[in-house]
Amino acid sequence: MFDATPRNLKDARREGLVRILFLLMTALLVLPVLLILGVLVAKGGSALSWDFLFTEPTDGMTAGGLLPALVGTIWLVVIALIVSVPIGIAAALYLSEYAPDNWLTRAINLAIINLAGVPSIVHALFGVGAFVIFFGFGTSILAASFTLAVMTLPVVIVSTREALQAVPQSFREACWNMGATRWQTIRKVVLPNSISGILTGVILEVSRTAGETAPIMFTGAAFFLPFLPESVYDQTMAMSLHLFVVATQVPNVPDNLPFGVALVLIGMVLAMNAISIAFRTWLRRKKKW
Amino acid sequence: MTDRKADPAVDRRDVAWWSDKAVSVLVFLGGISAILFIIGIFVFITREGFGFGEHFKAGEIFGSTRWAPTSDSNPTYGILALVAGTASVTGLAMLIAVPFSLGAAIYIAEFAKGRTREVLKVLVEMLAAIPSVVWGFIGLTIMNPLIIQTFDVPIGLCVLNSGLILGLMAAPIMTTIAEDALKAVPDSYREAAEALGATRWQVTRRVVLPAARQGLLAAVLLGVGRGFGETMAVLMASGHSINLPTSPFDSVRALTATIAAELGETAVGSPHYQALFMLGILLFAVTFLINLAADLIVRGIRKG
Amino acid sequence: MVTATPEIRVQNLSIQYGEKVALAGASFEVMPNEIFGIIGPANSGKTSFLKVLNRMDTFTPGMRFSGTAEVGGRDVRSWRNLYALRRRIGVVFPLPVGLPLSVYDNVAFAPRLAGVRGKAELDAIVERCLRRAALWDEVKDRLKALGSLLSGGQQQRLTIARALSQEPSILLLDEFSIAVDPVTTMRIEDVLKELKQEMTIVLVTNLVQQARRLADRTAFFLMGECVSVSPTEALFTGDADPRARDYVEGRFG
Repeated sequence: MFDATPRNLKDARREGLVRILFLLMTALLVLPVLLILGVLVAKGGSALSWDFLFTEPTDGMTAGGLLPALVGTIWLVVIALIVSVPIGIAAALYLSEYAPDNWLTRAINLAIINLAGVPSIVHALFGVGAFVIFFGFGTSILAASFTLAVMTLPVVIVSTREALQAVPQSFREACWNMGATRWQTIRKVVLPNSISGILTGVILEVSRTAGETAPIMFTGAAFFLPFLPESVYDQTMAMSLHLFVVATQVPNVPDNLPFGVALVLIGMVLAMNAISIAFRTWLRRKKKW
Repeated sequence: MTDRKADPAVDRRDVAWWSDKAVSVLVFLGGISAILFIIGIFVFITREGFGFGEHFKAGEIFGSTRWAPTSDSNPTYGILALVAGTASVTGLAMLIAVPFSLGAAIYIAEFAKGRTREVLKVLVEMLAAIPSVVWGFIGLTIMNPLIIQTFDVPIGLCVLNSGLILGLMAAPIMTTIAEDALKAVPDSYREAAEALGATRWQVTRRVVLPAARQGLLAAVLLGVGRGFGETMAVLMASGHSINLPTSPFDSVRALTATIAAELGETAVGSPHYQALFMLGILLFAVTFLINLAADLIVRGIRKG
Repeated sequence: MVTATPEIRVQNLSIQYGEKVALAGASFEVMPNEIFGIIGPANSGKTSFLKVLNRMDTFTPGMRFSGTAEVGGRDVRSWRNLYALRRRIGVVFPLPVGLPLSVYDNVAFAPRLAGVRGKAELDAIVERCLRRAALWDEVKDRLKALGSLLSGGQQQRLTIARALSQEPSILLLDEFSIAVDPVTTMRIEDVLKELKQEMTIVLVTNLVQQARRLADRTAFFLMGECVSVSPTEALFTGDADPRARDYVEGRFG
């Protein structure tokens, strides 16, 4: 049984081959990330400067910086968070702490999967029909942010629910046995022990929200608007749409400008993602039970 | 000892009792909000697109390749070419993404260990984080010249370009879900097979893959949904010309991209505007069915 | 002090999880200031019985019960504020649970729920409960340490201290000694004998000798049936039920 019989040798060789094959497939999948980053840095790096970040575009967007787009994206993300985080956390609390195993819960779960799966352009149509027209927000930061909030709601719900469910059930039972209500249990034991996991999800949502383009195209983001928004009823430029515009709609753009915009956008998004991942890793290390 | 029959505390609904009640109502509202939003999406899109009914000719819409809503003399709304565009791009994307994602999932779940595993997972997550407009930009500025040079074709914005990009975009979600499905197979199965002297690959092929096949199928379905619904990348990398593709180097136009490109130019309430919302309903319905199917398959796992 | 009202009374109590019957038609009474033992093999409905008393069925999907279950002379279903009911009943389950709070906050949890705010008062409660649970000497210098990071045996005593901090009139113990070493077990048993002066104790145990040492009367549960309720010694003489004697003598179960 312990001899290296021909059959075992053949198995071992095949094992090695299969292993390498799968490693190659994985590598081919993840290498583009590094490649893309490399190309963006190489071609767009020269565009980066403080002026690029903190001045307004000039000469029909063929020169100058991207300040209004940067500020606009921050407006959109912040308002989207204000709307979606409370709703998302409430929904996750319901699903994790309250929901009985019944048809309604299954319907909610299906709805969440669908909210996450509906094409972004369909969310855009919803935003136009509901927020721009029906609720009368017009094309504005408000309408765009609400659209983004609905679209990224599943990210908050799913990550919050995961964080809540990582808290062992026995902790809840111990509290209930002492006469704590569900809410007291959540407030004193469940939330304090999942808040960092919830935060990780929120950071992830920021990264997702900042990169979205289609949902804001017709709801509040403007192609060119070289000043900063003053209220939520204004339109605004946004990083993601700005990249689309300088890449496809504006003639005679210097080569490094769109690459610079892309670099800033992806830098923002990946930085948020990296923070979220680092946070999660750190959390796993400092286990409290 | 107190006489508890006389003690009112047990019947008094105190602050704690009422705040618990209030919170349970609030979180319930949060919970059903997801359903309300899904219904809202359907209702509001239908509301905007409803008036299209009078222009609705099923034969033309599903039978014609001519999408010319802006034509003065003869506006037609044939979506066949758009469907073909979406199908060709999504199809090619899946051809690339399915084997690679499943391969990567198998490697990450069954072969990789410790640090390698963590690094690979992070990279897959990074891949998922790249915004679609950046993908489109890459298709436009990097892949386009690359395809023109390599294959000596006049234009590189085509099925191949957008299919490749869509494949890379759909891969992370498929890899993640497929890996979850593989991880859900109990270790006892693997140990039992390994105790019989099977190699890792034999264990994977004979034991793990069959046990996880429903989860893998759900992963593929969700990947299809992602590819099918992608907008910006397809808009920028597919060439955006109405075409029934005959080769991977043909430019095409997708359903999603059509809405994105044309909605800004239409007058609210015009037949063209309404037609775009009808396309939205179509997209919504198809993704709903895909997600429903994936959900039923996953539920099948939990039951069985 | 001594009243004729039983502290706990169940009449024809049946418990089901979905279709599965956990306890069928049990009827007995537990008198005030008594240590009432419950023994029997696994899956005979002992823990389910405890869960009915403090209405944990509301947190257990699929769990239902029928028949009468009275605590302090009132049906447990008639209490309008279940949380108030649970605050009067201390529970210790077999697996120790130290909440991820400091040792101090673990024990102060229930008093705070009950509205105790004064620092001196809380300090006194924490010390008294930890002493009673035979844990004070080991943790008095690290009351700020996380309760969930104590050793298993310490966590179990922390759980007992927490149950006592509610100043319950009924204490339910479910195989508390599983995670505790024999010496500590003996110390806790001594504490229980004292506590009996102040409260009613229901002791579910898999250690027949523990029941013999502590319990005034003992019920024998078998396969979801309450076979006998008798003074504990009667189990060993066979006066209660022959099956009970077979069990306590180790012939099955």
